[in-house]
Parts: sequence; structure tokens; C-alpha cells
Amino acid sequence: MDPENQGQVKTIAERAQKDMIPKSDIIVVLGASDLDGVMISAETVTTGDPTFSGPLAGVSLGLPVYHILEPEVKAVVPENVYQENIGIWELAVEPERLEKIGQELKALREKK
Amino acid sequence: MDNWLKGKTAIIIGERDGVQGPAIAACLEAAGANIVFKVTECFV
Repeated sequence: MDPENQGQVKTIAERAQKDMIPKSDIIVVLGASDLDGVMISAETVTTGDPTFSGPLAGVSLGLPVYHILEPEVKAVVPENVYQENIGIWELAVEPERLEKIGQELKALREKK
Repeated sequence: MDNWLKGKTAIIIGERDGVQGPAIAACLEAAGANIVFKVTECFV
């Protein structure tokens, strides 16, 4: 994950903590289409930057991470908006890969 | 299903070769989330 973006996420999380916003009310939603990309970004905002190169190196924010293609996200987005913006990706990403992304992120959310 | 996204503070990390930030933002906004940061990352 880009160091500049790590810095932004860190600032937002710190500000939220100062404003007493519970961590469970802040979510990170990803759009990467490959499992490796998803998991690197997800780890970065939960346990810290795995590459130890950005502001989140060694920083455990523990934010809940979802992928826009996960069924629980899709379920609460108006169908027409979802189809217009995301529909093509539902077809482009193989169901097995999508299932794996969902499983890994769910495990990460439950671990923290 | 209850709309669990309503009122959540959302950080969006899209990807150029995947789903991009604005497309994710449109969905989450429509679901009632509050977008505080959105970006489309590009890995080359």
C-alpha cells in the first residue's frame, strides 16, 4: 500500500480515536482484484505494513476490512447502484477467487 | 438484512486494475456510509 495513503489512513484512525469514535464504526473497503493485493492492503490497516516501508509499519490499527465484492457489502447497497458501478467486476473475478478473498478477510476480521 | 453500513465511517482503497475508488464510493454512499478517504492505487 502506497506510503502516502498509509499516512492518510493513520491520521484518520488517530483523529477518530481522539473523537472517541469506536474502531468498529470505521471500516476499510478494498477494490483490488487479486488476493495478494487484497491481503497486503488488509494486513497494512489491521496488523501493520508487512513490507515495513510506510507509516503503518509496526502500527496495529485493527480496522475491520471488507472487499466491495463481498456478499455482505453487496446486500446493503441499492441494487441499481451496485450493478452500475460494480456489476462488471462481479463477472470478471472468478467465483473461487472471490470466495477465497471473502474467507481470508473474514478470518482477519475475526482474529483482531 | 439490516443496513450495517449506514452511518459507518469508510476508508476506500480502490485499485486501478480492480474496482476503482469512485465506484466503491458510489456504492457506500448510496448505502449511507460516510466516506472520509478514497483513493485508487496503481501498482506498476
